[in-house]
Amino acid sequence: MSENTINLTLEVWRQNGPTEKGRFETYEAKGISPDASFLEMLDEVNERLIDDDKVPVTFESDCREGICGTCSLMINGQAHGPNKGQSTCQLHMRTFSDGDHITIEPFRATSFPIIKDLAVSRAAMDTIQQAGGYISVTTGSAPDANMIPVPKPAADLAMDAAACIGCGACVAACPNSAAQLFTSAKIQQFNLLPQGQPERWKRTEAMVDTMEDFFGTCTNHGECFEACPKEISLDFIAFMNRDYVKAKVKNRNLSGQKS
Amino acid sequence: MAQAMPNLRDPQPIRTRREPLPFPLNIWQSAVGRKWIMAVTGLGLLGFVLAHMIGNLHVYEGPVELHEYAEALRELGGHIIPRTVLLWVLRLGLIAMFGLHIAAAYTTKEISRRASDDANFIDGQKNYPGGRDYIAASYASRTMRWTGPIILLYLIFHLADLTWGLLPHTDYVRGDPFHNLSTSLSNLPVAIIYIVANVALAVHIFHGTWSMFQSLGLNNPRFNDARRILAAGLAGVILVGNLTFPILTQVGVIDPDDNPCEGSGSEAAALECFEAEIEKAEA
Repeated sequence: MSENTINLTLEVWRQNGPTEKGRFETYEAKGISPDASFLEMLDEVNERLIDDDKVPVTFESDCREGICGTCSLMINGQAHGPNKGQSTCQLHMRTFSDGDHITIEPFRATSFPIIKDLAVSRAAMDTIQQAGGYISVTTGSAPDANMIPVPKPAADLAMDAAACIGCGACVAACPNSAAQLFTSAKIQQFNLLPQGQPERWKRTEAMVDTMEDFFGTCTNHGECFEACPKEISLDFIAFMNRDYVKAKVKNRNLSGQKS
Repeated sequence: MAQAMPNLRDPQPIRTRREPLPFPLNIWQSAVGRKWIMAVTGLGLLGFVLAHMIGNLHVYEGPVELHEYAEALRELGGHIIPRTVLLWVLRLGLIAMFGLHIAAAYTTKEISRRASDDANFIDGQKNYPGGRDYIAASYASRTMRWTGPIILLYLIFHLADLTWGLLPHTDYVRGDPFHNLSTSLSNLPVAIIYIVANVALAVHIFHGTWSMFQSLGLNNPRFNDARRILAAGLAGVILVGNLTFPILTQVGVIDPDDNPCEGSGSEAAALECFEAEIEKAEA
């Protein structure tokens, strides 16, 4: 065990509750291993706070391997920290140097109310999912594999969209607090596949309309793509925009029904 | 901002949904649809700006040719449509596009303001108290909400200057565009206004052109890489073309003294003078 530990100064956002006023507090993180992940570093800081009889910093984490989408954090003004295609749990302290100042803030948007300190409620994203982020299936025995042929390029593209872990970094990074990247990925992972076709137009309309209940509008800055730990492409936003206006033209919600 | 305890499981919407209007008005009701309208009107306005710049290059042919170009615009539609009617149809279309473009931009900005923490929404974008880093957002994309109003103010100034003739620095003569343009732009502060405004216009077009493809959903690996190039090319061509007018007037390439009809004083006298000049040239 080589002992090349680093010392850091953290500026952490502390807020006691959703309606309380928040403020930055400074903590010294001493003797941090460069091999520690960012969350492990915060764990160490919290251990010391507990030892000193202070309230530890609340932050969210679960799987700590970049697939659950629970961790968040704006680290030095960037969602999930400075590295591309990584979530906070995959960010290692070797990215930082001895003596660095690190500012840690929660993801911010009106529809991301702060629960405590660095933990925010991302329930609005679940509401978007509930509006159409699924395929309705009939019950019965499971269909045979490969019953429905899917061209490889379509399967690959849908898989790229399905990589979205719903962490909310796109909303946090967006200067408009728009959830376009998240919503487009959740729409297109089905709209690109044959199984998603029957509900395609209804899904697109419902999910976009629900998204607009909570989030801002897209200026095509591209900050969401840079922040995204799964590098979801901006192309999906274009596909969603096209599908949305197409859905309005097709009016599949009502066609075929008696008026 | 004092507020009630938010329901963390069931977040409060930032808007109230309205009954859908009949198609196509329902497109306006959604922000994605509004961005689509912004893109379509932006495309129309881009076409106008490009055509306007190219048309203005007639000034380098000379005062008589510029006058003929202005007359040709009024005569659009030839003998089929009464004089200036088609021009007015185009103008009304432009006004409608401007109105929709601005209304869409303003209302979508307001939605974004509501979606961001009010206290942190400064300069038209969400700000973090601890500061933030921009990686992808260009200077152009972050200043759309400033270049837009600058262009609108400039447009009013430009119309007052060269269309309505309301400004004191020229003795405006209807029917003599060369006189109006050359005397207006020989004034240094006016030339500077034109230069600044056209730089803002080019910056606006640079982001707008790329953004338009994205908003309309025009996305294909075949041309995706060309979108930035097209945006830079269009912004560059329009910037260079438009900047030649104030700069070359200042250095004396466009000179009021080159105008054979300078000092006509009235529309009738100017028209008479230009007709005489055209006949002289034909003879």
